[in-house]
Amino acid sequence: MSTNQDWPLWEVFIAAKRGLSHKHVGSLHAADSEMALENARDVYTRRKEGESLWVVQSKYIFASNPEENDAFFEPAKNKVYRHPTFYELPDEVKKM
Amino acid sequence: MDDKELQNRFQAQVDAEIKIEPKDWMPDAYRKTLIRQMSQHAHSEIVGMLPEGNWVTRAPTLKRKAILLAKIQDEGGHGLYLYSAAETLGISREEMIEALHSGKAKYSSVFNYPTLNWADIGAIGWLVDGAAIMNQVALMRTSYGPYSRGMVRICKEESFHQRQGFDILYTLSRGSAEQKAMAQDALNRWWWPSIMMFGPHDSESTHSSQSMKWKIKRKSNDELRQDFIDATVPQAEVLGLSLPDPELKWNEERQHYDFGEINWEEFWSVVKGNGPCNRERLAARRKAYDEGAWVREAASAYAKKKKEQTIAG
Ligand SMILES: [Fe+2]
Ligand SMILES: [Fe+2]
Repeated sequence: MSTNQDWPLWEVFIAAKRGLSHKHVGSLHAADSEMALENARDVYTRRKEGESLWVVQSKYIFASNPEENDAFFEPAKNKVYRHPTFYELPDEVKKM
Repeated sequence: MDDKELQNRFQAQVDAEIKIEPKDWMPDAYRKTLIRQMSQHAHSEIVGMLPEGNWVTRAPTLKRKAILLAKIQDEGGHGLYLYSAAETLGISREEMIEALHSGKAKYSSVFNYPTLNWADIGAIGWLVDGAAIMNQVALMRTSYGPYSRGMVRICKEESFHQRQGFDILYTLSRGSAEQKAMAQDALNRWWWPSIMMFGPHDSESTHSSQSMKWKIKRKSNDELRQDFIDATVPQAEVLGLSLPDPELKWNEERQHYDFGEINWEEFWSVVKGNGPCNRERLAARRKAYDEGAWVREAASAYAKKKKEQTIAG
């Protein structure tokens, strides 16, 4: 008997409103992209959670490795001067 | 890093309330415990649709029918969220379904009780979903990221389930004497199975202490049960219905309700498969799965044909 074993896994992304970025909400199995979109609508937007849906086959998502986080994200670690709070403004400057 | 160091680092992460994500190293037993708990949880959502499904066509009004359908559809969605979250641990959907259908996997025993009249739908929403919410709110803080996120989504949807159940009972309890008696009868039958949902006493619970240490569980069975009873008794008073436990009374010193002992013999007998509806529920699940086979086949065939057309065109 056939099961959905051959159905790929899809990751679902929703934009709550036009103009906002799409956010990952979960995943589901479906035979193709069209059915993946329809299923995603049925399970992830029953309460008007979004105005736009993306589905991406999970196998096309490449993720960074948490084991290598220290080295991988190292370049951002010691650059506090990238944040505005690093700079002390003279009192005379009221607004910047 | 050797195994001991990995274990220590893992526990430190858990202790610091840093979520564990699918690609992180985790102890085998942590993975296994989660797979067991999350798949059982998913099965409960799906099997839980059956007792309520029994009343869809006999709901007293079109409005009640639409609400009940929406509620049951939510439970199907909850099953999906949980199955997908469990899949991130390396088990396939087919393996989980197979474990349910073969009787190897468990689901919440409460769904092995029958829904004898319409008031039961009220009692299920108010008590069974109410108890589930108590458990699920605590699980929003569980240590495994995908499980925790699934719980947040589920909890957002659950509160309407409990309210629609309460609303059914509230309406019945202010209706005719016959309707009020119907509500009371449902309550008499569903109260004990609902408080059994929290499982055995902490002292008897096999996996509890390790699960608490790993922060898979955030509150113990007995704590959750007490929370639920404390929250529910005042609501029963609003309904003007009585709860079928003569020992139930407020304890000023403890600032909690005291309550009578659960019939553990009944509890274990239902867990072991001898409840009033265990066989019926599994048979219904298998039938639904088998009779849906052609839909899955058609979907696969349609996807394949479309793909071939795109390649040819
Ligand atoms: Fe649910
Ligand atoms: Fe529910």
